[in-house]
Amino acid sequence: MSLFNVFDVAGSAMNAQSVRMNVTASNLANAGNVSGDPDKVYRAKQPVFSTFSASLAEQPGLAGVRLDAVVDSTAPLQLRYQPDHPEADADGNVYATNVNTVEEMVNMMSASRSYKNNVEMINTTKDLLLQTLSLGR
Amino acid sequence: MEIPALAQHEQALRFRAHRNQVLSSNIANADTPNYKARDLDFGAALKSAQHESISLTKTSDLHKQAWGTTQDGSKMMYRVPSQPSLDGNTVAMDVEQAQFAENALQYRASLAFLDGTIRTLRYAIKGGD
Repeated sequence: MSLFNVFDVAGSAMNAQSVRMNVTASNLANAGNVSGDPDKVYRAKQPVFSTFSASLAEQPGLAGVRLDAVVDSTAPLQLRYQPDHPEADADGNVYATNVNTVEEMVNMMSASRSYKNNVEMINTTKDLLLQTLSLGR
Repeated sequence: MEIPALAQHEQALRFRAHRNQVLSSNIANADTPNYKARDLDFGAALKSAQHESISLTKTSDLHKQAWGTTQDGSKMMYRVPSQPSLDGNTVAMDVEQAQFAENALQYRASLAFLDGTIRTLRYAIKGGD
């Protein structure tokens, strides 16, 4: 029995959620990105989580969170006809990034809620451990 | 000499600590695609503690227990999702948080019982005072 494993599990989840927050911040910061070349436009990034339990194997049921990859969104770019734009291509078109601001705001709220949940989990487990240490005093 | 009251609460504490880990894994994986939430069955753990459970004979430590039984005798099972999600994740955050809080409270209760037993024993050893 070791309650200490909970710190590893919650820590891995907090790490994953903070990466998610960073990715969301990058996406929101680049929400106005426009270019005449579709290859140069910023594409929304999304983190991919997966479960791992290899290093926590001594106790069944333990599962941490691992960040597998940060992938580019495949959503289509927005094509805008703006011939007076300095970046416009020969046809007068510019390409706007595929960042969905609403989606990113939801992502940000979800990540912060999950992060807080993990902090609470650590606090509760820490209290339990401290109480166990003072047993019989 | 083994003191029955201490052993009993120790087993309860062990179960609560293990369940704490399983529930915290569920909460940690709330956003992981295809993660299936799990929980321990207290009834099975209690039965096993009372030596009533049927278990397979193991001739090697590498053998797995039937029914996903863990080493302390508690049964681990997958939660039945009340609201399925698109990414295959079955963690219901409200359920998990409620269970986590309840489990922490039960852990504290076991600690309090243990503490009381130790105090009583100490009182007896010292002959009062």
